[in-house]
Amino acid sequence: MSAFYALLFTVAFLVLVIGLAKKIYQYSRVPAPLKIPVTPAPLTKGGVAVRLAKEAILFAALFRSNKWTWLFGWMFHMSLFVVLTIHLRYFIKDVPEWLVLLQPIGKYAAFTMIIGLLGLLVRRMFVARVKYISSPSDYLWLLLLLVIGLTGVTMRFISHTDIISVKEFSLGILSFNWQTLPMDVPLLVHLFLVAILMILLPFSKLLHIPGLFFAPSRNQVDNPREKRHIAPWAAELEAEKNKMQPK
Amino acid sequence: MADFETPKFREYPVVPELKPDAMAGDGPFVSRAEYDEDLGYPGEMPENWKEKTLDKMQDLLGRYRSFQVFMDSCIKCGACTDKCHYFIGTNDPKNMPVARQDLMRKVYRRYFTFAGKFFPKLVGAVDLTEDVLKEWFNYYHQCSECRRCSVFCPMGIDTAEVTMAAREILAHVGYGQKYSNQIIQKVYKIGNNLGLPGPALEGILEDLEEEVEEDTGVPVKYNMDKEGVEALLMTPSADFFAEPHIDGLIGYGKVLHELGITWTVSSKASEAANFGLFIGSYDNIQRVSMRIREAAIDLKVKRIIFGECGHAWRVAYSFLNTLAGPFDFLDQNYPVPQHILEVTYGAIQEGKLRLNKEENDHLTMTFHDSCNVARASRMGDKPGGQFDIPRAVIKAACNNYVDMDSDTIKDATFCCGGGGGLLTDDLMELRVKGALPRMEALKKVTDEDGVTNVAAICAICKSQFTKTLPYYGFEMDAIMSVHQLVSEAIVMTGSEQEKELDGVEEEAKDTEE
Ligand code: HEM
Ligand code: HEM
Ligand code: SF4
Ligand code: SF4
Repeated sequence: MSAFYALLFTVAFLVLVIGLAKKIYQYSRVPAPLKIPVTPAPLTKGGVAVRLAKEAILFAALFRSNKWTWLFGWMFHMSLFVVLTIHLRYFIKDVPEWLVLLQPIGKYAAFTMIIGLLGLLVRRMFVARVKYISSPSDYLWLLLLLVIGLTGVTMRFISHTDIISVKEFSLGILSFNWQTLPMDVPLLVHLFLVAILMILLPFSKLLHIPGLFFAPSRNQVDNPREKRHIAPWAAELEAEKNKMQPK
Repeated sequence: MADFETPKFREYPVVPELKPDAMAGDGPFVSRAEYDEDLGYPGEMPENWKEKTLDKMQDLLGRYRSFQVFMDSCIKCGACTDKCHYFIGTNDPKNMPVARQDLMRKVYRRYFTFAGKFFPKLVGAVDLTEDVLKEWFNYYHQCSECRRCSVFCPMGIDTAEVTMAAREILAHVGYGQKYSNQIIQKVYKIGNNLGLPGPALEGILEDLEEEVEEDTGVPVKYNMDKEGVEALLMTPSADFFAEPHIDGLIGYGKVLHELGITWTVSSKASEAANFGLFIGSYDNIQRVSMRIREAAIDLKVKRIIFGECGHAWRVAYSFLNTLAGPFDFLDQNYPVPQHILEVTYGAIQEGKLRLNKEENDHLTMTFHDSCNVARASRMGDKPGGQFDIPRAVIKAACNNYVDMDSDTIKDATFCCGGGGGLLTDDLMELRVKGALPRMEALKKVTDEDGVTNVAAICAICKSQFTKTLPYYGFEMDAIMSVHQLVSEAIVMTGSEQEKELDGVEEEAKDTEE
């Protein structure tokens, strides 16, 4: 069983990293042949960085469009961020002090994460417009994250698992020195679903993570009158045009 | 009028209920070979349309980062679902931006993603069939490419990009839209969207000169094909004869005359509009743009100035330099290209124009931000200049001005309902219904603030308003050009208006100083 999990995580890790890298490579390779930032847009690269940061950290556009979705969505993501941060203790041998200090407060992020997910799920099930655009996978993502969260909470607050062995197990995977895993049901479910999440991420709508930063509508500088912007495939058409010059 | 009901004003802006298939149908008229072939499309559907469709889709996924990323990155959060004027006006759920994208995305997933190839049901992927293609044609011609949805999307997904890709794919299997393709063909053959030949245009401009001189006593020139003048004026061809467009053209002429900027229109490029944008065709956008370069070279001008037209300004501002540049043969002291409003605004700032606001005292104005200007271009040197400059010019020409509701203007502006290649009679029902949110906002300021007229800076908006205003109980001439207001208020040096204001003797003294 431990070997199965060790293998599963090795595969999951590889799929995640390679899959995501391939997608990011693809996004960066496809040209954006025309200037299409949604205006008003920043006039400098620094301005674009601020614009993207506001979207990634505050979900600024979502805030403008729908306060409830923003509330639950933002709550979920920020909590997820905290949860993942405090999880670092399983992957770092000597846990730094700030991470230790974060643990006692950080563990409650699990609850806000679950509330956020429930809110999003309710919205998806009961708002007719959102229900209309949902396919089964959209519900399954929320359920998957919910179960990961609930099993985590179970381990943290109800039926504790041997986290020392968990840490040895995960460090073991990183160094290809496989260790045994405690055979607790919540832990096994937790880890199985996490592996599924890692494997599916590069093939699913979770591509919104790199996608956000690659959207030409948001990441372009507004300077088309000052600078020409020619995609490689458009350069061919260029050649023809250049015959036309003032005498 | 027509066989559909004009939507009722909603008492509160509640989100509409879904009425599935409310706008199902065959879409606008399909293009024909005679128009298509000039544009590089097959003209009729080939045997192997399915293969061709998927090939073109793959091609575009490799050409446009926007299309590729947007196919993947939608998180189905639903934030955009109540943002489209066509959804608000028709209640058809397929007019929700994400649902519109999904018509394409479900095919993308089926043929281009792992999940859709092996688990189509799970991720809502479907096979490409003729019905899917028909649905594309119908619903991708119920999007005016206005980009309102993208402002509200957390992922920045611009449905307009998907619509353009869809239309480009459709055109490549002989399923283009008649209205747009016919117009582009007219631009290639005759020089403008309306098919106005050079001599007719010249006649119109001569009449304008006479009219303006009669009105003001000033010999303002409206030149055509005059070599060696300072500026080439690119303006939508509707400006040459439609109301209220032409009053705007009269205004540009007066402003340029007063500033001593000599200018001409070109018979070869007598059209600022570029419908290549609407059909999502890089080649056609470029081909239409090149006429401008050619005209500027032939006429030996130093500047290019654009008249009031929304998508023309988008193409001019955002693409012209890229597609038809570099413009190093023009005077680099001016932006290339420049918007007429930038010219007028700059002159007002420098105190070079005299405007008698009282001429417009019988009006209380509001301003409709045209989508392509608001969300796809800029004016001046600051972000948001496209909102401030037109308002500043209106306020300089007019004492009474009120903005509409803040979530219906500036970058949240609602499309007039006729943009993106939909300004055709075969889509009248869609146009009227899509105008609902804009009409509601206008109704509110009419009732509460006594607004009498609305100004716009887009030929399509102006034509669309003229048609749709009566459906909602407004006068059709409530829509005005911004330069129409300027034209009414301007006091040109040596004009009758000046004499009237200053008295004859003083005027003589003024010119001596
Ligand atoms: C840079 C990091 C990320 C950003 C900026 C981001 C942003 C967003 C935004 C703006 C939404 C739409 C609003 C909402 O429904 O919450 C969203 C939805 C979602 N995100 Fe993320 N996200 C990030 C990372 C992640 C990660 C790491 C996961 C999961 C492992 C994730 C899972 C989801 C899911 C499942 C939804 C859909 C929620 C629903 O069903 O409505 N996101 N994300
Ligand atoms: C390989 C990756 C992971 C491992 C080894 C792991 C392991 C664990 C363990 C052992 C606990 C119990 C903590 C305790 O008893 O103190 C826990 C809790 C939790 N896990 Fe994970 N987990 C992983 C990934 C994730 C992911 C990706 C998520 C979120 C999507 C997540 C969400 C949670 C939550 C919400 C809790 C409860 C609160 C907390 O302790 O933070 N876990 N996890
Ligand atoms: S671009 Fe405009 S018309 Fe098209 S879906 Fe978005 S909001 Fe609707
Ligand atoms: S707002 Fe954007 S991410 Fe959300 S459903 Fe609409 S298109 Fe998809």
